[in-house]
Amino acid sequence: MSQTSVCIISSQSPYRGQGAREALDAALVSASYDLPTSLVLMGDGVYQLLDHQAPDQLPRKNLLAMFKSLELYGIDTVYVDSESLAERGLESEQLLPVYTLLEGDGVATFLATQAKVLNF
Amino acid sequence: MNYALAVYGATGNSQAGQTALSFAKAVLASGHSISRIFFYQDGVQNASSLSNPPQDEVNLPSEWQALVQQHGIDAVVCIAAALRRGIVDAGEAERYQLPANNLAEGFELSGLGQLLESLIETDRLITFGA
Repeated sequence: MSQTSVCIISSQSPYRGQGAREALDAALVSASYDLPTSLVLMGDGVYQLLDHQAPDQLPRKNLLAMFKSLELYGIDTVYVDSESLAERGLESEQLLPVYTLLEGDGVATFLATQAKVLNF
Repeated sequence: MNYALAVYGATGNSQAGQTALSFAKAVLASGHSISRIFFYQDGVQNASSLSNPPQDEVNLPSEWQALVQQHGIDAVVCIAAALRRGIVDAGEAERYQLPANNLAEGFELSGLGQLLESLIETDRLITFGA
């Protein structure tokens, strides 16, 4: 496949269902094809990066562990929509520091640079 | 134009499958083509051969089956998502020693790579139920 840029938008909270996990899987598969792959967390998706998650008692696998290894899989850009954080009363310091904050119309501006967008 | 569809919503609690089916029929009626329909997340339920609603309601898996067979469309169900949700073909049932299988004829289990391939190679990939 060509060097088409792929952006995965993930907007589900981490343990609502399998949605967040399956969006990450799609990002990993995209990167495994050597496609330049980025991930945008917005809406409830910003909860996925909350540090100190302890889902063991749900019981669910800790999604944060996957974020810690994204770089190894070739996904080096994770973006977080700052407006989604503000709407939920979250501070950027509460998140695992592996992301770049997109402020104002940053999400729209970024998406305009992407050849393909997959929305989850 | 060559389209691909991605369906993420279950038949019971989402309108995604029905909307995707109606869209697919409209696309074909307009003279465009659909190379693949990819069922992911809860959308894998659209491929259950055991779906059997009352007679005056739409049976989505049967509708999909008729459409893909008539138009020779690749109907792919994500294998990992399907196994999580109890949709299996004969091969997977045997591999995991499961007592039954229920992947409707006309659908095939495959990997997420098929979704990425459609994303890259078709003119439009339209998502339902995100």
